[in-house]
Amino acid sequence: MSTTLAGFADPVLEAQRCFRALLEAMSRPGRVQRLATGLEPPSPLSQAAAAVLLTLADSDTPVWTDAGAGAADWLRFHAGCPLAAAPEGATFLLACAAPPPLAALQAGTEEEPHRSATLVLQVAELREGAGWRLTGPGIESVHRLLVKGLPDGFLAAWTANHARFPRGVDVVLCAGDRLAALPRSTRIEEP
Amino acid sequence: MTSTAGYNFAYLDENTKRMIRRALLKAVAIPGHQVPFGSREMPLPYGWGTGGIQVTASIIGPDDTLKVIDQGADDTTNAVSIRRFFARVAGVATTERTSEASIIQTRHRIPETPLREGQILVYQVPMPEPLFRLEPRVTETKRMHALADYGLMHVKLYEDIARHGHIAISYNYPVMVNGRYLMAPSPIPAFDNPKMDRMPALQLFGAGREKRIYAVPPYTPVRSLDFEDHPFVPIRADAACALCGSRESYLDEVVTDDRGGRIFVCSDTDYCRERQAARRRDAAE
Repeated sequence: MSTTLAGFADPVLEAQRCFRALLEAMSRPGRVQRLATGLEPPSPLSQAAAAVLLTLADSDTPVWTDAGAGAADWLRFHAGCPLAAAPEGATFLLACAAPPPLAALQAGTEEEPHRSATLVLQVAELREGAGWRLTGPGIESVHRLLVKGLPDGFLAAWTANHARFPRGVDVVLCAGDRLAALPRSTRIEEP
Repeated sequence: MTSTAGYNFAYLDENTKRMIRRALLKAVAIPGHQVPFGSREMPLPYGWGTGGIQVTASIIGPDDTLKVIDQGADDTTNAVSIRRFFARVAGVATTERTSEASIIQTRHRIPETPLREGQILVYQVPMPEPLFRLEPRVTETKRMHALADYGLMHVKLYEDIARHGHIAISYNYPVMVNGRYLMAPSPIPAFDNPKMDRMPALQLFGAGREKRIYAVPPYTPVRSLDFEDHPFVPIRADAACALCGSRESYLDEVVTDDRGGRIFVCSDTDYCRERQAARRRDAAE
């Protein structure tokens, strides 16, 4: 395990800035946040996805990723997180290609719905003002979010995920240095 | 001694902040659900706002402007010491004006000035469990929340009406968040409950002794429990503020002498001061 690529230059303040962007994204689903960091994540990790993991993951949170050995080494070196062999055992999942099915991930229990996984999903593009119609907590009336590069069947899987509230998985969509969040409470309709 | 050498930015270590940040994100994703967290020893005792301080310490950055209120006032011991704590350990700007703050930590009030998007309201919570006086066992209340079985609380409200003719809860009045979770709004007066409903700002709740965090995202419906024939009524002293004349704000009763003299003044000191300044400006013109 070794890596030559840098993590956060200022771990304390950069993690704080990234967390505030994440908190804003999670509390206003579908609003796109921009993360300005000096990260040099290994391919195929995007700036935003790498920053989310460095902000939230540590030795308490098993991470599952399909990003390959280089990215896994980089994550272990900078975040100190254990790697989960199977998606079911992970607190955070970082998917660069088609993610494991949402139904297979930790969704918490009815009594402890917070013991659930967060899926960080890299997509091709995120744009506000077009595409899906999002409603739910955090949204005044409707937010529009266009996501390109999602796996087939995501919407159906999301509808099932939303329907089992308060259990469920939360998703952070990342494209380049931009991110948007879909907490389980958000309802998505096609335009 | 004023040195903060050896302390991390905003006092808490990074592992603790990450743990609290993960709890906060889950709390926002499940509005009104209480998420347990590993509450730390803070340099002031439980009951003095350690939950709120830990939440604030986990979200605050150097660009933030912090306001701290205690029962609406910026100048009481708790508010002053917490404001100075963050000015010292995080070097942030502080303010007493609601409109200038990006983070407002509060004990037992919501400011009168409506909050806007981009602001975060952090509540100090002594008891996060709304059912604890009715059912002391945590295992049972957890199950009630899981099943959304809140009949016990409705019975309590009904018994209030049968005994007193009205629902006799003047503070910490239970609310339903997004129609799913029963939530304790912390001991804010029932007068403030309507302000929580569809508030544009994010609301975070930290209970240090009870080790729970919960949240209400922006624009989320928050409804005070009531009955069709006994609707919820926010209560306010029927008087005007002696200093600014407001008939809309929440009032404190202040005893002025030992012969029964008393006045009512705004509990929100910033709101009252702004109104007095506006009145002086009007008088000068």
